[in-house]
Amino acid sequence: MDWQALNVSLLLAALTALILTPIGILVARKLAWSQFPGRNFAQALIALPLILPPTVLGFYLMISLGELSFVGRLYEGIAGESLVFSFEGILLASVIFNIPFAVQPVQRSFEAIPHNIREAAWCSGLSGWQTFWKIELPLAWPGIVSAAILTIAHTLGEFGVVLMVGGNLAGETRTVAIAIYDRVQAFDNAGAATMSAALLMISLLSITLIYFLTDRAAVNVRR
Amino acid sequence: MSGADTLHVRLEQTEPIPLDVTLTCKTGQILVILGPSGSGKTTILRAISGLYTPEAGSVRCHGEQWLDTATAVNLPVQQRNIGMVFQNYALFPHKTALQNIMLPLTRAGKEQQRSVAENLLQAMNMQGLGERYPHQLSGGQQQRVALARALARDPRVLLLDEPFSAVDQQTRRKLVRELVGLRQRFRLPIIHVTHDLNEARRIADRLCVIHHGKTLQSDTPDQVMNHPGNADVASLIGHYNIFRAEVTGHDHDAGSTRIEWQGHTLATRYRPDFEPRTEVDWVIPAASVLLHRRDRPSRGERENPVKGHIDEFIPLGETTSITMATGQGKSIYLSVPTHVARRNTLEQGGDITVSLLADSIHLMKKIRN
Repeated sequence: MDWQALNVSLLLAALTALILTPIGILVARKLAWSQFPGRNFAQALIALPLILPPTVLGFYLMISLGELSFVGRLYEGIAGESLVFSFEGILLASVIFNIPFAVQPVQRSFEAIPHNIREAAWCSGLSGWQTFWKIELPLAWPGIVSAAILTIAHTLGEFGVVLMVGGNLAGETRTVAIAIYDRVQAFDNAGAATMSAALLMISLLSITLIYFLTDRAAVNVRR
Repeated sequence: MSGADTLHVRLEQTEPIPLDVTLTCKTGQILVILGPSGSGKTTILRAISGLYTPEAGSVRCHGEQWLDTATAVNLPVQQRNIGMVFQNYALFPHKTALQNIMLPLTRAGKEQQRSVAENLLQAMNMQGLGERYPHQLSGGQQQRVALARALARDPRVLLLDEPFSAVDQQTRRKLVRELVGLRQRFRLPIIHVTHDLNEARRIADRLCVIHHGKTLQSDTPDQVMNHPGNADVASLIGHYNIFRAEVTGHDHDAGSTRIEWQGHTLATRYRPDFEPRTEVDWVIPAASVLLHRRDRPSRGERENPVKGHIDEFIPLGETTSITMATGQGKSIYLSVPTHVARRNTLEQGGDITVSLLADSIHLMKKIRN
């Protein structure tokens, strides 16, 4: 078991979920309740990572974050190090790659809240912010939890994008998924098996947890 | 328009829903807005509450201007302090009944919130059900929680959007009684929207009939029922017998007006405001069309007799609904107790004669050609 890789994977997953959850809530809420020009294009853009081969996305990210790109140079000017082949680079890639998982379940949850429930809150004197905090967020909670767990699970299993953007640097960009590939390349099937089993368990547990939590939340919100 | 304890509403709009509405409702009064589905009733409530901004209009409550498009005054819904009961209640599904009622009381401390909410639950006969979630309550109980939540903030006006439409008849009768009782306890203007005429008559202090977003008549229920302003109002409040006729003259001594209708000269309630040879619409309630008994003619039969044959004969339990064709392509609707229909051996196609009670014939200004 490559504990260092597991450590990188877990840190990457946790930070990705931490960054994406609030962004996902804001974007999902906007998409669920607002009509604006380009809404469908925005939805398509958000869903794109779902159908794009990870290597394609990884390739574009590698180019656009590389030392020759504007973003790459800007980052290097501020941080003093390159964005590609670094943990920060794969974190950024991971955030972009996981946008559909962080947005779509939350959007469905917001869409399921009847409009007059929010109106009832306003009529009760609650401000927009209070309504968001006391009514919308608790009602959308199952979707938000699903999104966070999906993001975490998906980040743990990510391979193509991470490899393209981050390479395979131990302790920096080598995640469990890459370590498994690495082990197989080195004919260490036993090592690959242990880590594969670990990923399998984590994935199964996350999905079970999603069903458990959404089911429990639904009991209180049933209409 | 004065009266600081009154709600004044004026709304005008052409698109997307046409509105031409003037309403006034005093404290302690229940104003019922009656109109068919899609007539703009809910939009009126939404405009009063601030959930909807009309093209033009003003809303003033207790001397405070909530909306005035002329001076660009438009208070947000939170600042209008209204109590609103939505058609399907819109209770917060993740909060208990008690928490639903406590939510509007944001300014008070937790203890005070709880005691106010518990008092309101008690006022709604809902003691002991405060810890239940909305999905654990019956339709009538949910309606009471919605009403309690609307009253929690001590609102300036109470707006009820078809609040009884989702409950069974028995519960509805009970809730109607409770609502009328509430009016004594919470002194505020109450606006109640419904398409149910019976419900409207039972609870209204004032009845406002609207159609296609336009106020057709606003008056006491008795006045609206007995003196509908025009044929549209008459039709909306459930009259079937609406016809066109010409005024032929007035009998000042007898206190009656004469009209010419389908070859019949009919005496009507005295209406000197209509000049002779004016075309008018007239209406008579089905209950004022009296069947002549075949076995025992009586003196009253000389009053506006009209002959015809039974075109449609529908027994509906204790009463029987009859459509009488008069021969000139016009039908008069009447309703008789089923035992009377049986005793007079009434049947489809049979000839009958009826009297149209002169005092019940109401003349109205013609609205269309």
